[in-house]
Amino acid sequence: MPSRRLLAVLCTLVAASAFGAEPTGTLKKIKDAGTISLGHRESSIPFSYYDDKQQVVGYSNELMLKAVDAIKADLKLPNLAIKYVPVTSQNRIPLIQNGTIDIECGSTTNNLERQKQVSFSDTIFIIGTRLLTKKTSGINDFPDLAGKNVVTTAGTTSERLLRKYNDEKKLGMNIISAKDHGESFLTLESGRAAAFMMDDALLYGELAKAKRPGDWHVVGTPMSREAYGCMLPKDDVAFKKVVDGALAKAMKSGEAEKIYVKWFMNPIPPKGLNLNMPLSDDMKALYKNPNDKALD
Amino acid sequence: MGYDFDWSSIPGALPFLWQGMTVTLEITLTAIAVGIVWGTLLAIMRLSPVKPLAWLAAAYVNLFRSIPLVMVLLWFFLIVPQLLEGVLGLAPGTDVRLASAMVGFALFESAYYSEIIRAGIQSVPRGQVGAALALGMTNAQAMRLVILPQAFRNMVPLLLTQAIILFQDTSLVYVSALADFFGAAYKVGDRDGRIVELLLFAGAVYFVISFSLSLLVKYSRRKTA
Amino acid sequence: MSYAWHWEVFLQPAASGDTTYLGWIVAGLETTVALSLLAWVIALVLGALFGVLRTVPSRLLRGIAAAYAELFRNVPLLVQLFFWYFVMPELLPTAWGDAIKQMNPFAQQFLAACVSLGLFTSARVCEQVRAGIESLPPGQRNAALALGFTLPQTYRHVLLPMALRLIVPPLTSEFLNTFKNSAVASTIGLLELAAQGRQLVDYTAQPYESFIAVTVLYMLINVVVMAGMHWVERKARVPGYVGGK
Repeated sequence: MPSRRLLAVLCTLVAASAFGAEPTGTLKKIKDAGTISLGHRESSIPFSYYDDKQQVVGYSNELMLKAVDAIKADLKLPNLAIKYVPVTSQNRIPLIQNGTIDIECGSTTNNLERQKQVSFSDTIFIIGTRLLTKKTSGINDFPDLAGKNVVTTAGTTSERLLRKYNDEKKLGMNIISAKDHGESFLTLESGRAAAFMMDDALLYGELAKAKRPGDWHVVGTPMSREAYGCMLPKDDVAFKKVVDGALAKAMKSGEAEKIYVKWFMNPIPPKGLNLNMPLSDDMKALYKNPNDKALD
Repeated sequence: MGYDFDWSSIPGALPFLWQGMTVTLEITLTAIAVGIVWGTLLAIMRLSPVKPLAWLAAAYVNLFRSIPLVMVLLWFFLIVPQLLEGVLGLAPGTDVRLASAMVGFALFESAYYSEIIRAGIQSVPRGQVGAALALGMTNAQAMRLVILPQAFRNMVPLLLTQAIILFQDTSLVYVSALADFFGAAYKVGDRDGRIVELLLFAGAVYFVISFSLSLLVKYSRRKTA
Repeated sequence: MSYAWHWEVFLQPAASGDTTYLGWIVAGLETTVALSLLAWVIALVLGALFGVLRTVPSRLLRGIAAAYAELFRNVPLLVQLFFWYFVMPELLPTAWGDAIKQMNPFAQQFLAACVSLGLFTSARVCEQVRAGIESLPPGQRNAALALGFTLPQTYRHVLLPMALRLIVPPLTSEFLNTFKNSAVASTIGLLELAAQGRQLVDYTAQPYESFIAVTVLYMLINVVVMAGMHWVERKARVPGYVGGK
């Protein structure tokens, strides 16, 4: 059988190069289905989450829609149907791998380990992993977590970092792994955990829905610096090219910065809080020079 | 009591919650329909004199009855969607999660229904088969015209009870983030920071529906008894 | 489909906890077994108690027991679990709630899972016990009372020993259900067997191996419990009855 399969692949390649227009891989799948499946998050504020009308909104979501526009143009399918599928940190990689979703732009870190399983688009955001805690908790940095209950979200890079840190430093923390960032924050706000470790931008986002935002603050020396990318099926060069093209165009043209200002420097749903996070030097450099490098 | 209740999230969320309830009902009814048909076939196979058929059915039933529903749903959600899309030739744009949840539930429930139906078939006195065959009916006719109608009448209360359990179990599609009634209630609670109120509300709704159905079962039991 | 099988992944050192991924599975298995057994004890004790109350002469007690059984039978286990984990600590006096929430998180999750699974199952056991007692000929109760037994003595020495032996088969299936239902606890983050399976998919990137291993372990639990209960069933069989209901 391998020879026949090889033949089929060769034929496809020849056909694709000869006519230059016949899509393959994910693009073909999207075209055949007439539908693109977008992975989104339910509570990655302000990247990808539900507003008060249960619609998906956020910075990453708007960038993902830019990519969808480019895909529509590439396939000449202006009426391509869009299907949203909510994912969690723990199931997003299997869902890309098993084809349930074609692309996921949310709050997913591009790192070398994940690159073995999926591909990543150009970076869309850069974060540091820090801590959210009550102002009165007395916690100022990671070493203060010794012996405490600390929550993080299952399946995230923070979960791995925190477990490793706890093992290496023998801090005796109790680490709670919650289903998503919303549940992590619920765990923190209800008093079950003394601190919530996560990507700083997401921590500010969670603050936006706190009952009393003034009671909380983000502290700690970032344990890591990480780059968010949109997750794509592994090694689908043609698909990645279309997505990267759309993202790079948005970043260079200033559209991305407008979206940034909308989500990070203006009141956002659900409670109309303003995150007030000016564009960092990292982000300025990224917009000038879009790339898909992992930071680890 | 250290808690200030605030039920104001619920009225505005009712349309969304109702949408969730339709998903719950859709899954429940599909699983019941498929479960009874496939369950009947499995039961007949299991009682069949053809040994390999009987073993196959027994293996299927025992497999599904020994795995937690949560695991079955995770299998269908994370591992087999591709397979499903291929096998069922799903129309593009179908919600894979809904389809995989339905298939998962239907296959799982069939195993339970088949056991109920098998017991029902066995409850029909043997002499009836003999009589039917003596009247010149084929095996299939005897099963269809004589055994099954009586078996189903005996089984109505048990089938309904299983349906109530199934209705409650559909809440477990929570593991695939599908917005069924429970999922919808949880999402609203999570969004508004009102988990306590929404969970109590969801519990009350499930109770009212399941309890009413169980009264119905009692009534039907009295009627058939 | 091309899939690279890597069963040896279980022998690799796990990402945390000074163990291998196999160690994670074993830890999950232990939690599942401990949780299910403890919940089963709760279910048997409360189920027997309320099952008896459903058959006593007092209308009030019968009503209370019926309300108990209907309440815990007609609300999904998942909702009950979330109730004990998320809602209960908020409804208690603040100091108690805070005390619970500052406990070790594993203990909190285990406790909530144990209570919810125990009460949920107890309602089902309660119905079986009631059915068992009601299936006994009324002569047994009357004979005991006529012999001068008090009502509690009648239950203790005559009715319950008989009823419990008669309902071993349906209890076996409830016992098996307890193990299967314990997987619901994964939704509040308790790292029992099913949750370890999901975590393994994430950490090892070998979804098939992870899920197959966990599924096989559940089947194994099933076989062991069935064998054990089969033995109990044989010991408990009442001479003169056709075994079971």
